[in-house]
Amino acid sequence: MNLAEGVQLVSFGLLSLMTLGAALGVVLLSNIVLSAFLLGGVFISMAGLYLLLNADFVAAAQVLIYVGAINVLILFAIMLVNKRQPFSSLPNAWIRRGVTTIVCAGLFALLSTMVCATPWAISSAAPAGDSSIILIGEHFFTDFLLPFELASVLLLMALIGAVVLARREYLPEEAQSPAETVLMLPERPRETVGAGSPTE
Amino acid sequence: MQLQYFLILAAALFCIGIYGLINSRNAVRVLMSIELMLNAVNLNLMAFSNYLDPQTIKGQVFTVFVITIAAAEAAVGLAIVLAIYRNRDTVDMEQFNLLKW
Repeated sequence: MNLAEGVQLVSFGLLSLMTLGAALGVVLLSNIVLSAFLLGGVFISMAGLYLLLNADFVAAAQVLIYVGAINVLILFAIMLVNKRQPFSSLPNAWIRRGVTTIVCAGLFALLSTMVCATPWAISSAAPAGDSSIILIGEHFFTDFLLPFELASVLLLMALIGAVVLARREYLPEEAQSPAETVLMLPERPRETVGAGSPTE
Repeated sequence: MQLQYFLILAAALFCIGIYGLINSRNAVRVLMSIELMLNAVNLNLMAFSNYLDPQTIKGQVFTVFVITIAAAEAAVGLAIVLAIYRNRDTVDMEQFNLLKW
C-alpha cells in the first residue's frame, strides 16, 4: 500500500468505526435479520483493514468466503428458523448482563494495557506487498503442506456432517411396498416436540 | 500507523463477541458472535504478520487456515441449529436443556 500516513490514519479510523459500530449492532439489535446484514458490514470493513495491512489476497478471500458464503448461509438459516416469537423473560437476566459487561470491560482494559506496555519487535524490512500471494502459495506447498491437505479433509468432513445433521431422519425399518418406495424417499413425518414438554 | 491500534481494535471486537456469545437468546446470534471473535483473531494475526514478520508472511497463511475452519464451523453449527429447531420448535438458548443436569 503506497498511501500517505494521514490517509492511512483516516481510513483506519473510518474502518474501525464501521467495524465496531456494526459489531455492536450485531450483538445489541433485537431484529436478527438486521444483525445478519450488519455482520456483512463487519466482514467488509475487516477486508478493508486487511488491505491497509498489505494483504490483498486475504482481503479478497475474506470478501469471498465470509460475505459470499458464511453470511449467506447465516441468512438462509435465519429464514429457515425465523419464528416471530418473543422470548420469555428470565428472572435474573440483568445480573448476567451486568456481570458480562464488567468482565468484558475488564478483559478489554487488561488487553489494552498489555498491548501498550509490551515492547514489540517491529521489523523494519519492506513488506511483501504485491508478491504476498506468491509467498502464501510457496508456504502452502512447502512447509504448510500437511495442514493444507488436512484442511481439505476437514472441509469434506464438515460438508458430509452438515448434510447428515440437517437432513430429516430416515427410518429404514419400515418395510413398504416397492411400488411406493420407487418415487419417494421414506421420511418420518415432521413431528415437533414442544419446547417445555418432557421428551419421551 | 502503529501495530497497537490494530491490536486494540481486535481486542475490542473480541470483547464484543464474548458479550454477544453469553447474552444472546437466539442460537443464530450466538453463531454470529463466534464469527466476530474469529475475525478479531484474524485481525491480530494479520497485524502481527505485517508489522513483525513482513518478509515471510506466515500470519496470512494462518489467517487463511482460520477462515477455512470458520467456514466449516459455520456450516456444521447452522446444521445443528436447524436440527434442534426441528426437534424443539424454538431457537431460544434457554430452552435447550437436553444435556443439562
